Amino acid sequence: MVLSAADKSNVKGVFAKIGGQAEEYGADALERMFVTYPQTKTYFPHFDLGKGSAQVKGHGKKVAAALVEAVNNIDDLAGALSKLSDLHAQKLRVDPVNFKLLGQCFLVVVATRNPSLLTPEVHASLDKFLCAVGTVLTAKYR
Amino acid sequence: MVHWSAEEKQLITSVWAKVNVEECGAEALARLLIVYPWTQRFFSDFGNLSSPTAIIGNPKVRAHGKKVLTSFGEAIKNLDNLKGTYSKLSELHCDKLHVDPENFRLLGDILVIVLAAHFTKDFTPACQATWQKLVGLVAHALARKYH
Repeated sequence: MVLSAADKSNVKGVFAKIGGQAEEYGADALERMFVTYPQTKTYFPHFDLGKGSAQVKGHGKKVAAALVEAVNNIDDLAGALSKLSDLHAQKLRVDPVNFKLLGQCFLVVVATRNPSLLTPEVHASLDKFLCAVGTVLTAKYR
Repeated sequence: MVHWSAEEKQLITSVWAKVNVEECGAEALARLLIVYPWTQRFFSDFGNLSSPTAIIGNPKVRAHGKKVLTSFGEAIKNLDNLKGTYSKLSELHCDKLHVDPENFRLLGDILVIVLAAHFTKDFTPACQATWQKLVGLVAHALARKYH
């Protein structure tokens, strides 16, 4: 799957609008993922996953920062996410199916916090982008 | 046997009471065809699906979206018997329409996003979880009679 020029523009537009709130979006997406898909909690036995958890907020900030970095290097996602790709392959080994689940939650967060931003075209582009990120992060799994 | 807590039933019915079935159905189906364009394969007789604008304005898409979501409404009235509610539709989608059940999951995810955009902050994590559970079970019920 290839991101068109329009896709890249749409995704950059979303993140420009989200701006400094990206961390909150990240934390919100994680919280929703843990509630909606409880099996995802199995990757965080060492975390307090209760509501308002500082660890979840901190991790959401990390996830958001990675997405922002990816957007800023959208022409070379593999390069931008190479280290994270290694980390997920060698250490974290999060089953690939879970990236789709987090992606869905991130879309829901954008929808709840900025519904006018998520036109059908932007929705399509953002979904493609999140899929592409997941693909890069699992690319070195085997 | 599916179990629904009182809270889950409340979250479903309270959201559904505020949903405009025609608008929501049209939007969900249009977004399915736009976000996952390969789903257009089932609608070759719908006319112009050449662009997001064309899809959103297409009267057949609107009508079919309304039909699909109306059926969803039936499921909500029969939360304890989704299998029974969708038995005939399941056979239809397998034998006549030849729709890969994965498409039901895709539409379910899109519906959740449409609801999220409509209800914004009222679409809490608990609300999302309940609705993802519901769309998952509907997809499962629709796939049940496949052979």
